[in-house]
Amino acid sequence: MKDIHARSITDAIAALAVRACCKLPRGVRRSFETALHREPSPVGRNILGQLLENAAIAAEENIPICQDTGLAVVFADLGQDVHIVGGDFEDAVNEGVRRGYVDGCLRKSCVAEPLFERRNTRDNTPAVIHTRIVPGDSLRLRLAPKGAGSENKSVLKMLTPADGIEGVRKVVLDAVLAAGPNSCPPMVVGVGLGGNMEVAALCAKRAAARDMGSVNADPRYAAFEAELLELVNRTGVGPQGLGGRTTALAVHVEWAPTHIASLPVAVNINCHAARHAETVL
Amino acid sequence: MSESQVRRIRAPFDDATARSLRAGDHVLISGLILAARDAAHKRLVETLDRGEPLPVDLRGAVVYYVGPSPAKPGQVIGAAGPTTSGRMDAYAPRLLDEGLKGMIGKGYRKPEVVEAMKKHGVPYLAAVGGAGALIARSIKKYTVLAYEDLGPEAVAAMEVQDFPAIVVIDCLGDNYYETGQAPYRNL
Repeated sequence: MKDIHARSITDAIAALAVRACCKLPRGVRRSFETALHREPSPVGRNILGQLLENAAIAAEENIPICQDTGLAVVFADLGQDVHIVGGDFEDAVNEGVRRGYVDGCLRKSCVAEPLFERRNTRDNTPAVIHTRIVPGDSLRLRLAPKGAGSENKSVLKMLTPADGIEGVRKVVLDAVLAAGPNSCPPMVVGVGLGGNMEVAALCAKRAAARDMGSVNADPRYAAFEAELLELVNRTGVGPQGLGGRTTALAVHVEWAPTHIASLPVAVNINCHAARHAETVL
Repeated sequence: MSESQVRRIRAPFDDATARSLRAGDHVLISGLILAARDAAHKRLVETLDRGEPLPVDLRGAVVYYVGPSPAKPGQVIGAAGPTTSGRMDAYAPRLLDEGLKGMIGKGYRKPEVVEAMKKHGVPYLAAVGGAGALIARSIKKYTVLAYEDLGPEAVAAMEVQDFPAIVVIDCLGDNYYETGQAPYRNL
């Protein structure tokens, strides 16, 4: 059993929020550079160059890459041999979000209630927290700020087994075409397959937040990721939807066991910034 | 884009400037633009519905759909890239009727907005979504004009110098999202 103090969780989350919003992950920057060499569209190359310049300015001045610093999505893998002391876990995470967003001059984009007053909570809390209990005595925290431009183009379709691979291809393709310039391409496409409704959605979210350059552990799904990327990049949407071959930087697939009668497909699109930061306590 | 391919224009737009912009043009805008997004648009249209005067003069104005992140000490503004324009579609035709002469954002527009743009001779431009830190460098002054309680959604005047944008839909209805993507589409 290892004690982790709530205060250290708060400190970690506050630092992750600022880092995720202001420092483009190295893998994303590298994929911009690769795309810049491959992109045949002059306008597309121009946009990719601006995105690299933007990331450099954000890192240098420690200001956000994008003003939409999103809802704070926190993935917590909590070792079952960890004992959290000095406060409640979710309170500690939210205090970290509050401090990171207020002190770090990040935009507060959370409204307390969705339909009637939509009043801004003014500190970007509450976070969206996904906790898993895992073996071990450490706490892995991954923070992925998620803006609405891309999130609003998410799709969930409850396909049936007969729809098969072709059905999945179509859902992904339609989602990318519908997202177009709205989701700030070149995008990272997260695809969740199987499970039930909410598991498919969470798989898609985890897929969208995966490290650039990572591939699915199952070689069949890894090959499917590559095939979907090739398909998506034939849409012509291109950087910012102004035309080109770099519509997506990556397609990531995550899957889960499902019902004999179901083939749920969820698509969660991430913008080109594909922001995330991680630490282990 | 090389310097020679980029056109420098002034905002607010006069009618001739607005009508001269063509889909695919790269421009650098200097002058004054207005910042407004979802909640501000809703209030502006509700004000018109009540028959009351608007808190800002929209004649010739260029609106930028933006909700910046807070400025750090010593900075004019935080990151300030465009937000998705489609959410303003429900309100845009009313504001075009009031004399709005340009819109800057990102993403698709509804056909009824394009029709209103053609009627009033107004272009729609895109700024690079997610390039908030870079775009902020062209914003020299940020002054809240109305709806301060809306925080990042307040209506503000922005003094800009060489603000980079691309004309996506012009006053003839030509759409650069369509013509730009077509040569690369191979499905």
